[in-house]
Parts: sequence; C-alpha cells; structure tokens
Amino acid sequence: MAETVAVRPGPEGSREPGGSAYFAYEERPRVLEGLRAYGLIVGMWVRSTMAYRASFVMTTFGNLAATAFDFLTIVLMFTHVDALGGYTLPEVALLYGVSATAFGLCDLLLGSMERLGRRVRDGTLDTLLVRPVPVLAQVAADRFALRRIGRILQGLAVLVYALATLDIAWTPLKVAMLPVMVISGAAVFGAVFVAGAAFQFVAQDASQVQSAFTYGGATLLQYPPTIFAKDLVRGVTFVVPLAFVSWLPTLYVLDRDYPLDLPQWVAFLAPVVAVAVGALAGLAWRAALRTYRSTGS
Amino acid sequence: MRLYAVVAAGGFRRYATYRTATAAGVFTNTVFGFILAYTYIALWDARPQLGGYDMAQALAYVWIGQGLLAACAMMGGGFEDELMERIRTGDIAVDLYRPADLQLWWLAGDLGRAAFQLIGRGVVPMLAGALAFDIALPGSAWIWPAFLLSVLLGVVVSFAVRYLVALSAFWLLDGAGATQMAWLLGLFFSGMLLPLPLFPGLLGEVARMLPWSSLLQIPADVYLGKHTGWGLVEAYAFQGGWAVALLLAGRLLQSVATRRVVVQGG
Amino acid sequence: MLDTSVGAAGEGTGVGHDGFITLDGVEKVFQVRRKAGLLRRERHEVRAVDGISFQVARGEMVGYIGPNGAGKSTTIKMLTGILTPSGGRLRVAGIDPSRERTRLAHRIGVVFGQRTTLWWDLPLRDSYRLMHRMYRIPDRRYQENLDRCVELLDLGELLDVPVRQLSLGQRMRGDIAAALLHDPEVLYLDEPTIGLDVISKAKVRQFLKELNAERGTTVLLTTHDLTDIEQLCRRVMVIDHGRLMYDGSLAGLHEVGESERMLVVDLERELPAISLESEGAGPLARVVKVEGPRQWLAFPASASAAPLVARIAAEYPLMDLSVREPDIEAVIARMYEAAAP
Repeated sequence: MAETVAVRPGPEGSREPGGSAYFAYEERPRVLEGLRAYGLIVGMWVRSTMAYRASFVMTTFGNLAATAFDFLTIVLMFTHVDALGGYTLPEVALLYGVSATAFGLCDLLLGSMERLGRRVRDGTLDTLLVRPVPVLAQVAADRFALRRIGRILQGLAVLVYALATLDIAWTPLKVAMLPVMVISGAAVFGAVFVAGAAFQFVAQDASQVQSAFTYGGATLLQYPPTIFAKDLVRGVTFVVPLAFVSWLPTLYVLDRDYPLDLPQWVAFLAPVVAVAVGALAGLAWRAALRTYRSTGS
Repeated sequence: MRLYAVVAAGGFRRYATYRTATAAGVFTNTVFGFILAYTYIALWDARPQLGGYDMAQALAYVWIGQGLLAACAMMGGGFEDELMERIRTGDIAVDLYRPADLQLWWLAGDLGRAAFQLIGRGVVPMLAGALAFDIALPGSAWIWPAFLLSVLLGVVVSFAVRYLVALSAFWLLDGAGATQMAWLLGLFFSGMLLPLPLFPGLLGEVARMLPWSSLLQIPADVYLGKHTGWGLVEAYAFQGGWAVALLLAGRLLQSVATRRVVVQGG
Repeated sequence: MLDTSVGAAGEGTGVGHDGFITLDGVEKVFQVRRKAGLLRRERHEVRAVDGISFQVARGEMVGYIGPNGAGKSTTIKMLTGILTPSGGRLRVAGIDPSRERTRLAHRIGVVFGQRTTLWWDLPLRDSYRLMHRMYRIPDRRYQENLDRCVELLDLGELLDVPVRQLSLGQRMRGDIAAALLHDPEVLYLDEPTIGLDVISKAKVRQFLKELNAERGTTVLLTTHDLTDIEQLCRRVMVIDHGRLMYDGSLAGLHEVGESERMLVVDLERELPAISLESEGAGPLARVVKVEGPRQWLAFPASASAAPLVARIAAEYPLMDLSVREPDIEAVIARMYEAAAP
C-alpha cells in the first residue's frame, strides 16, 4: 500500500499524516454545483427506472392518459355546449395546453419534492445532508420520474391542436409570448413546489396542501377566468400568482379582455413574476432547512 | 368475525392518527370542489337540466364527489401500497400463515379506513360546499341511510378492484404503473370528473355498466333521489353484483399467486 | 512513504490529544410540544446533549456507546453538520460543521447502519460512480480506492449485482466502501455490524482495523456490540442522558462497571459445580448455573479467560467451551450502581 500513498497527487494535504484530503476543496458557485448534482442524480434515477422497463412504459402511457382523461372531460363538456364562460373549445384548449405543458415540465423536473415530508419523518433526509452538494438539488432530483414526460407530450399535443384550430392574428410579440409563458409558467409552479416542500419541514404530513396549489392550480388554469368568482381570480393573481402562468399571457395572445380590468402590459410581467416568486420560494426553503437543522424535527 | 372487527377498528384508528394529513386532505378536496363547482355552474348556466340534473343537483354532485373521493380511495391512498410492498419484499409469505383470510383481513382494514375518511375527509368538504353554494339536499330523511348503504357497497367494489391491482405485484416487479392506471380509470369512470349521464352514446352506456359507477355515480344518484322503490333495489343489486364478482376474482387470483409463492419457496 | 507513525499513534494508548475533533461544552436542546389536556400544548425542553466536551486525536479509533436515546446520534449529527448545536464549541478538522457543512462533507465519511445510501435497483458499481463524480474524486484516486475496498471488503463479485439482491452484510460492506472512496479523514459509523452474520462482522472489523492502521483514518463508531469495541477501539466514551459518563479504555469500563463475562463449559459428564480456588484472591470465577454436563461460570470481564480455561482443562474433563461477552446495557447499568453513593 505504501506505493499508492506515495503517488498521491495534490497540494499540501498529501503530506499530512492521516491522509488529509488529497484534492483541495474549491468553493464553486452553488447554483452550478446544484445543477450538476441534480443532473448526476437524475441520471441515476433514469437508469433505475430502466431496470423495470415494462412498468416504465405503462406509467408513461398512464401519465399521458391521465391528462388525456382531463382533456377528454373538457371535450365531453363541449358536446353539450358551444362555449364555456364565453370561450370556445379551441380557446379553452389553448389555456389547457399552456397550463398542462408548464405544469408537466415542472412536475417532471421537481415533482418528487412532495415526498420531502416522508424523508423528514423517516430520517433519510440526513443522508442527503452529509453530501457535498446542495440539499435542494438532491431533494429536487429525488425519485426523478421520466414517465412524467407523458404529461408534457399530452399538453403539447393539445397546444398544437389549439394553435392549428384557432384563427389568431399573430404578431411577433404574440409568437414570443408562447415559449415565455410556458417557461415562466413552469417556474411559477416550481416555486410553489419548493415553497410547499419548505412547508413540509413544518408539517410533514401536509403534502396534500401542496397538491391543492399545484394540481389544483393546473386544473383551475385550464378553464377560462370568466367562469370563476372574482375573489378566486384575485387570489390566484395576487396571492399565489398562478394567473401569470397561463391566463394573462394566453388572453393576450387571444386578444381577450383580462379579468379584474388589469392593463394589457401585465402579461409581459410573467418572467419577472416567475423570478420573484422563485426567489421568495428559495428564501423560504433556506429558512425551513435552517429550522430543521436547529430543531431536528 | 371478532378478529375482523378488531382489524377494522385498527384501520379506523390508524388513519385517525394522521391529523395533519387529514386536515391537508380536507383543504385539497375543498379547493378542488370549488374549481369543479365553478365549471359546473358555467356548464349548467348554458344548459339547465343537463343530464337530468338541475343546477342545485349538479352542485350537490360535485361536493358528494369530493366527500367520497378519499373514502372510496379514488386517487389511491388505501391499503394497496402497503400490500404491494409486502408482496415485493416477500413479507406476504408471513401473512399467508396467519390464521385469517388474507382478503377479508385487508377488506376489514380498508373498511375501517373508509369509515374514518368518510367522516374525517368527507363531512367538512360537504359542509363547505353546502355553505358556499346552493346545493340540493335529500328530499326525505330515509335517503340518508339509503345513501350510506350505497356508499358502503361502493367502498367494497373499490376495495375489490384495488385488491386485484395490488395482487398484480406478484407478476410486475414495480406496481406503480398498474396502480396509476387503476386510479385513472376509476376517476374517469366513477363520474368524478363529469357525471356519467353526460357521457355521450356508447361511451356513456359502457361507462354506466362498469364497476366504477358504483363508487360515485350510483351513491350520488341515490342521494339525489334518482333511485327509489325497485330502482333503488336494482341499484344495490348492481353494486352488490360487481362487489361479489370482483371479490371472487380476487380470491381466484390470490390462490394462483399464493401457489406461486409456495413454489418459489416464499 | 507510508507514515507508520500514524498507525502507531493510533495504537498507543497515550495519544496526544491534539484535538482533531474537539467538543467543548456542546449542547443540543430540543423544544418538544406535548399534549396537555384537550387542545392545550405544553412546550418543554429536552436536553439531548447536555454539555459534552472531549477531544479525539487524528488517527484514533473511538467507540461511542450508550443506551438508546442517550444522545449518541444527536452528537454524530452535530459532528457531521446535520444539526446545529444549541451551545458550546465544536470543530472537526478545524471546520465548524454546521457553518461549513458542504466543505466538511469532502473530508468525512458517514455510514448509517440502518439506512443504505446505495441505489436499490442499480448495480453496486453505479452507486460508486455517482460518488466518484459527486465528490469530484480524481480518476486515478477513485480507481485505487475502489480497487482497495473491493479487495479488502471482498466486493469483487458483487459490483455488478443490483443492491436489492445483496444480503445485509454485503450491503453494509458496500456502504462502507461508498463512504471511503473520497478518502475521508474521519469516518463515522453508526452501528456498522448490527444484524450482520459472524463472518461479515469479522470482515468489517478487519477492514476498519486496516483502514485505521494504513491510512490513519480517524474512526468514531457507535455500537451495541462490545466485541466491536474490544477488537477495534482503545478508547471508549459512554454517554447517557446527554452527558459523557466515561472516557477511557474498555478494560477500565469493565472495571468501573464490574462487568462479567460468561464462560460456558461442556464437561464429559454431569459433575458438581466447578470450584476453583486461587491463592488468596478468592474464586477465579463463580458458577451461575448447572444444567446436566453444561455449566455457566461468570468471571470479571477485565480478566483474561486464559488462566481460567487452563485451570478447568487441567482439573476437569473438558469437552467444549465458549465465552459470552457482557452486553452494553448491563455494563452501563452496573456502572451506575457502582457510581451511586
């Protein structure tokens, strides 16, 4: 063994008795470190999934079907009416497609964060805290489920159907709005996931509350704002800014009136709002993790 | 019989201890109830008397659905994950040596769970719905016990379906796929997303014949006074028939599966 | 250039406590809410760790024992940076664990006995590859460390087996290897031999011994198995109710705790209770139980079994014998009795 010790590379540490770290610790940007670790762990989960190929195919199909049933319900509604809250089927389909794609994207990337409470309860969160990478990245990548891609595919299919059917007076701004609203939408949902996970440090069994905002929010946004009570619309716009996910930008694309007499330009605030709620959720996460580490509960 | 009563009581108590989870679930059911209620209002505004329901009945339907969602385990959350885990880890071999019938054992536990979730997760959303919206109430007092009996039969059908799904873990290494497919079918064909009378043509006819209609559509119709006299007996017979057929199918699958365990040596 | 002095330092009892791990009056207080009446909840404090101070030198191997709920794992969690202490000062390799958790993570290895960190559905090798990249271990180092662990922990045939198919002992060996690929200076082991069969236990112990001797890795282990301590640790710390009750050698602990080992003797035939008088010092052992040809003799754990066995073999028709170790709870319980006025 003497030889192997002798070839130990690295700076000062190598000569110290007891085999101090042979490579110096470098402070790296936490965001990049987090993304790298996220990628590594996701890779492991994807490989794990492939150990059960048949189940993977079934669940991917299941995810696709899940949202398909969702949309089928809307189609069935439109067999009885021509318009819902003044919106035609293709218009509702656009709302649906944007909301489903944005939510699907977020669900794929962060969907397992709702399991955090379980990890806190059974103590396995501790095994993540002794790793040299950010905990948030590890929790976000935990149980990454590639099958959730089914939801995105279905959302995109409905989106394409809507765009093909609708007669939209396209402008460059409207074209630009499409990817922007899907991505900022996913970011707003992501913030809800992170904040929800932070809440689970406090109430470990409360993952259902998170579903109310995530799944509930995604469902709400699939319908036109005109059918909901004013207070509900106000809440989702100003309290949990889910409205920015799809309602306002989609209404802009459709040249429809905004709810609550909001001015036209607020649709462009979507990315700003996404970044802001993301930052807030990040702060909530840090505070929650700190509390966990000092209370150990 | 006493044994199963104890198991059922245990199932009740076990779920009763998850207070935060129950409160969180009630919150979620209520939020979904509101969203669904508004879409139904838009629908019935455009088409009053759609599917034979008036607005108040449609709204009652929404909140009955939210009230029964947990009790009928329409989105999972019952015993099936645990049973599948026991099959996966091989602990099931231990259960087979217990001096109790495997299926009845789990059924008893699940009925206990359902009883708790009917009270813990069902009552509050229904009250919230009744306060926030103008929902139809039963025409007479006897409707309540009739409704509860129909719910009980619905829970048994739901159990029987989930038992079959859980046993699939003997053959599929990872049961997540089968579970997910089952609850998707359940949600859609129970009438949770849209009442079955609104399903058009053949789809509607098929949907009304499938076992899942026992979970929500039939109990809701009993509540709304759609089944009376012989109609009520027929509704019960439909639910009971599916319950017996599916429980027997479960026993059959169970005996095939246990033979497998014995052959593999546990 | 293997630094043999390190091994020697680890083996010597008179280690200079230069404080590689230093705890100075460390406390951890939890707020627990208990139900008091129907709705009222009462807050009260639980002092899980109540002012613990000790130092561990680089290259030491220390057993950290105590009953369940004594504060062992809370201490380990503070040492690894998982929990923030409520008071006192704590340093590991000069780092404040709770403030620089990620930096410390590169220098420590942790094995949680009951919770595997390996990937259930993937071959063992894949879990190691993740460590390789997550800790940014240079390729060559990684390969060397892996080869070494594979050799010493006998993992060669297991590398391509999915973890779910490994036995408990194999998995534990796999977990220990996973914790060492990044060359940690400190290794924390939480019940590393719990539930393992005799052969696996021996393998794990042998490996830890060699690791400590060759690499000078500082090892802190919690265990319920006194044999672990006996074979690995020169130094034992006993913690109970959040306080350090004992810090010294295992022999010393046995003395303090007046603990006894049990010699189980099978004679050729049924005989009256064995009686062995030694000159002046009273009996070498006392017979606790006789059952047919089998007899149970208790003797002080701090004494060697050899002279006792020699005497019995000389004076009685001996067929077979075995020695049973005292259990930790009993030793600690007696320690209390001894300490009580």
